[in-house]
Amino acid sequence: MISSETTPRSLLARLEGPQTMGRGPVFWTAAAIAIAVAAAYPLMADAWTVGNAAYFLIWTFMAMGLGVVWGYAGALSFGQTAFFGLAGYAYGVITLNLGAAYGLTLVALILAVAIGGLFALVIGYFMFYGRIQGVFVGIVTLSVTLVLETFMAQTAGPQWRIGEARLNGFNGMSGMPPLTLPWFGDDIALYPGPSLYYLLLGLVVICYLGLRIMLNSSFGNVLVAIRENPHRVGMLGYDVRLYQTLAFAIGGAFAALSGALYTAWGQYITPSSMGLTSAALPIIWVAVGGRRDITATLIGTIVVLAGFQSLTIYGSQYALVVMGALLLVTVLAAPQGLVVGAMTFLGRIFRKDKS
Amino acid sequence: MTDILRVQGLRKAFGGVVVANGIDFSLSAGDMHCLIGPNGAGKSSFFRLLLGEHAPDAGTITFDGNDITNLRSFQRIRRGISVKFQVPGIFKALSVRQNLEVAFQDHLNGQSLGTKIHEMLDFTDLHAEETTPAGNLSHGQQQWLEIAMAVGVEPKLLLLDEPTAGMSPDETRKTGDMLHDLNARGITILAVEHDMAFVEQIARRVTVLHFGSIFVEGTIAEIIDHPGVQEIYLGTADV
Ligand SMILES: Nc1ncnc2c1ncn2[C@@H]1O[C@H](COP(=O)(O)OP(=O)(O)OP(=O)(O)O)[C@@H](O)[C@H]1O
Ligand SMILES: [Mg+2]
Repeated sequence: MISSETTPRSLLARLEGPQTMGRGPVFWTAAAIAIAVAAAYPLMADAWTVGNAAYFLIWTFMAMGLGVVWGYAGALSFGQTAFFGLAGYAYGVITLNLGAAYGLTLVALILAVAIGGLFALVIGYFMFYGRIQGVFVGIVTLSVTLVLETFMAQTAGPQWRIGEARLNGFNGMSGMPPLTLPWFGDDIALYPGPSLYYLLLGLVVICYLGLRIMLNSSFGNVLVAIRENPHRVGMLGYDVRLYQTLAFAIGGAFAALSGALYTAWGQYITPSSMGLTSAALPIIWVAVGGRRDITATLIGTIVVLAGFQSLTIYGSQYALVVMGALLLVTVLAAPQGLVVGAMTFLGRIFRKDKS
Repeated sequence: MTDILRVQGLRKAFGGVVVANGIDFSLSAGDMHCLIGPNGAGKSSFFRLLLGEHAPDAGTITFDGNDITNLRSFQRIRRGISVKFQVPGIFKALSVRQNLEVAFQDHLNGQSLGTKIHEMLDFTDLHAEETTPAGNLSHGQQQWLEIAMAVGVEPKLLLLDEPTAGMSPDETRKTGDMLHDLNARGITILAVEHDMAFVEQIARRVTVLHFGSIFVEGTIAEIIDHPGVQEIYLGTADV
């Protein structure tokens, strides 16, 4: 299924390919500059602003995961927040029981991602092996996240506890420790601020590059072919359901990573993280940036989130209306996504310069 | 010779339309066989039954000594069947090269994948279009790409539904030559075809399908001389 040629060189070669925009020295120089600027950012801003920027980075994992499931594999999931919320709660429950010593919060992070990813694998299995397709994937996934929200909202009673952790119903859980790195004698707790920001920036870069390699591999080839014509892919000897399920699980694990990091960031998680509004937002980020390209998804998500944040100063309802309008404009004017449009435009200019 | 494909009592009806009416058919390994019959005879439906797209109401399909009647499509393909559909089923948004990669990467990788893709670009004369989205190709080129995707995997059994539809006589001949090459390498070929010149060029034996049943089977000469076959095509056959 995955090509047997996996030398480090062949992996690096897959950083570029037909499934991802951007190649050659110009692109990678721009990428290096972007990372350098992002790395220098904490030197220029105060800790509170940097903690806020870390918050934007947290969501990019869920967005990139949705990009894989929707943009590449062609299945619009409306319920990535189910895996986000489940992992968020899992991180809370595990850390409240285990504590923050000995790097156990990192174990909790990994476990939470595994739980979210496994849950997505199970949901994906029942959907795709049950021949659910098209809009029905959206309906099923939305139902899953709303059921989870409803369920968590009724866990206010004292009987809803897992070990030390009270689930707390509609008000949500709080008081879990942030990510904590074990350090000789004195552990480093990553509260929102520069060190958390750097950890997240590193994770974003690793995940982004890893996804580029995956999407340009033979696995990625099959995913986009499924998006174009699943029937033909089956007639080439591929088990389409298996590929769809795996893509869905990967997307779910990325949403789970966002969820666990979110809980660790704010030491707080509520059922509304799995609600309708929360479920709709990732779709807007991904669509506006461009769902069929992982770079566009990443850039678009950060830009839209930053824009949303500045708008909420004027009121969150107002910001939501603007988001809806933005989605509408994108769908009508640039269905491939605004960032994809801009990148295609830039690509043309650079190619003209060369010739 | 052993049979690579054996179909027994295959039956399928869609409501009142019987597309396969108890078909018994076998194909010996290494054969190059044509399936002909008037429009609506059930030729494409027969392929779909072989491929597992339709579940038969009755009957069995044996491929390479194994009963594949209950296998899923992709499992049948993995056992060594490949298909070119009547309507090209290429991936329109993907480049010509990616189309070929998806078709071959499961069988080949690295160097040999590159060589095979190069060979197929030669064969289809699509080198200049390597990075063009397949949807932008002309209808004829799409047809070539679809054929290349089917033949490039060198299956045990190659199913071709109207491979030369819309081709010029030159192109038709080139396709026939290529099929002879493949057949010489041991690939069994079953082709649905309307163009009798092409049938003469490639087929060792011909089966005529009519109203979902096998009307007659024989050499091309026997088929052409058969009194009933002309009538079927003229629509006067008494069945
Ligand atoms: N899924 C289906 N549901 C109902 N009827 C069908 C279905 N598929 C095929 N048919 C009917 O079965 C008959 C045989 O169709 P089929 O496509 O197999 O014919 P064919 O021999 O390939 O014809 P052509 O030479 O035109 O390609 C036709 O009358 C067709 O309308
Ligand atoms: Mg047909």
